[in-house]
Amino acid sequence: MAPLLKVKNMTHFFGGLRAVDNFNLEIEAGQIYGLIGPNGAGKTTTFNLITGVHTPTEGTIELEGEDIKGLEVHRIADKGLGRTFQNLALWRHMNVLDHIRMAHYSRLDYSLFGAFLGSPKCHKREREVIENSRRLLDLFDVGRFADQLVGNLPYGAQRRVEMARAMATNPKILFLDEPTAGMTPDELNRMIEIIRQVHRDFGVAIFLIEHRMKFVMELCESVQTLVFGEVIAEGPPAEIQNNPKVIEAYLGKEDIH
Amino acid sequence: MEMIKNFLRQFTVVPLVGWLIGSFVAVLLEYYLGDAISYYLYLPKIPVLFGALTMLKEPLLIPSVLAYDLIIYIVPVLLLGRLLAAFSNRVATWFEALPLWLATVVHLAAFYGILHLWAGINDYRVLVVKLTMVAIILTVSLNIINGYQGEFSCSHPGFMALGAYASSSLTLMLFADDKMFGAALLPPALGPWLFPLILIFGGAVAAIGSLVVAIPSFRTRGDYLAIISLAFMFIVKSAIENMEFLGGPRGMSSQPNYATLPIIFIWTMLCIWIIHNFISSTMGKALNAVRDNEAAANSMTVNTRKTKMTAFMFGAFWAGVAGGLFAHVLRYVNPGTFGIQKLAEILAMVYFGGLNSIYGSIVGAVSISVLGEALRPLELFKWIIIPLILILVMIFRPYGLISFTEINVKGLMRPKNRSRSGGAE
Ligand SMILES: Nc1ncnc2c1ncn2[C@@H]1O[C@H](COP(=O)(O)OP(=O)(O)O)[C@@H](O)[C@H]1O
Ligand SMILES: [Mg+2]
Repeated sequence: MAPLLKVKNMTHFFGGLRAVDNFNLEIEAGQIYGLIGPNGAGKTTTFNLITGVHTPTEGTIELEGEDIKGLEVHRIADKGLGRTFQNLALWRHMNVLDHIRMAHYSRLDYSLFGAFLGSPKCHKREREVIENSRRLLDLFDVGRFADQLVGNLPYGAQRRVEMARAMATNPKILFLDEPTAGMTPDELNRMIEIIRQVHRDFGVAIFLIEHRMKFVMELCESVQTLVFGEVIAEGPPAEIQNNPKVIEAYLGKEDIH
Repeated sequence: MEMIKNFLRQFTVVPLVGWLIGSFVAVLLEYYLGDAISYYLYLPKIPVLFGALTMLKEPLLIPSVLAYDLIIYIVPVLLLGRLLAAFSNRVATWFEALPLWLATVVHLAAFYGILHLWAGINDYRVLVVKLTMVAIILTVSLNIINGYQGEFSCSHPGFMALGAYASSSLTLMLFADDKMFGAALLPPALGPWLFPLILIFGGAVAAIGSLVVAIPSFRTRGDYLAIISLAFMFIVKSAIENMEFLGGPRGMSSQPNYATLPIIFIWTMLCIWIIHNFISSTMGKALNAVRDNEAAANSMTVNTRKTKMTAFMFGAFWAGVAGGLFAHVLRYVNPGTFGIQKLAEILAMVYFGGLNSIYGSIVGAVSISVLGEALRPLELFKWIIIPLILILVMIFRPYGLISFTEINVKGLMRPKNRSRSGGAE
């Protein structure tokens, strides 16, 4: 059987800058996979290439054996690729509940005119969507904020809303771009728990970008290290952590542990 | 200050029904006694818009006008509202048990009845009310694009012109004998019945026309909409000026009198209802998501380009309908109407009333329309006072008077004799 996500020989240039060089990846259903590397290594770019924000200069991307390269972002998202953003990308004038409702967009089964006239079908679907959204909010422990604007929430809660929103698209694989960026140690431990829980309850595969080794060590089954757009190491986290090339890349840049 | 507060607190127990009853009595009072009271107050006739025009033209009559407003409107409405509070709360409780739509329709019908009586006292009032309702449709529909969708479109007068000309040509061709299109093709008696279809046709022409703006603006990245839409407005205006078969710069006249007060009222309510349905659905909320962060919307499966196009065409459709109504209210249109001044007016209503709020748009459209009429004798000042108010609002409330607030029909109609939590007082 084809792996869930398969990326082959993906290369991307921004003008003359080689942002990602010959990137390869295979993620099986239900796996937690990590991508680490110093700032500017091309990690976010890798995410953006797979999720369709940019189309790679070269290479192939397959989701469950189907070529998804060049599809529009919303199509790729609908096919089962959910994501969060490195710098929170929430909708500041929308309340928390509406964030989760929005992630059901591609699965609204009523027509535009149904929405205009408030057809019974539309009302029924909206009720289901709201019910499912509330369930997800509770699961991520942000249910009590449902009617508030996202900006009023504490930072950790905003991160959880973003994650709940990504899960509401019903993804097969969840992309997390530095889910613990800017978090306190307390919030960090909580996030580890939440990711474990998502993985367990939804059975979703997870592909995450991280800075902190501790996080990666605890969660991931396999890790790739990216430096200047190039993969310099791949394997289980314990191996990666002791790889001299990885240590060198991180030296003086980040606290590896 | 304390006294005023206490005084106002007296009226927090009056439900909407109570105010409707009070207004109904006030209007009856004016209907039967208005002439007599004006006579004894030395007013030449019943003041048209609460006497604003009279006060501006003849300052000596200010006390008389104020007395008139007090006797006819303020005292009866406040007094009856307060005195009948217990009764009207009982009525409101009774309404609460009805299905929401039925209670709403009954309230609207009552409101219309009062409006009809009030406007019927004077032809000028009828015209002002009609134009105000057309303004509401324009404002609410522009709010979809400039508020909910967060773009800056300037083409609403252009869409209005498309709707006005498309529907006028159709009514003149089908139901009227006129020099432009010849004899009527259908029996004129059918006209009023087919008028809804004609308005929809006008809206559809505007919606299709809006593609000329939407396709180039939303295809490319970057924000060209403001420029392209402004250009579109001018192009429509000069195109019509150069079309002799549509009357050129002289315009088009003698449209049949189909846009009666009840018809316009129904269309306005229909417009508000449909737009309200849309923007409270997940599909409609996608406009907000696209506005606040397009990349995130895309990643959450929202087809952002389709969303933008739909919203734009939807807004244009209603501008077209408003244009059709407008043409049949004045029973005359010329291209000069659909220029920069109209644009300024609609934009002022949207930004004054409040972005992302139907409620705000209604308030904006009504207040600026009525203010504009009231200040008509000060023709020039009108264009100083209105922008001034606009600037003040922009400074103190950057999103407008009532932004990001949706109508809560149930809350509006609820009885006011118990606290919000539902317990007895
Ligand atoms: N849209 C873009 N256009 C041009 N250059 C970009 C763009 N996005 C990222 N880059 C460049 O690509 C490189 C990798 O960036 P990024 O993927 O954000 O790194 P990381 O997420 O690993 O910190 C950086 O040098 C960055 O400046
Ligand atoms: Mg990054």
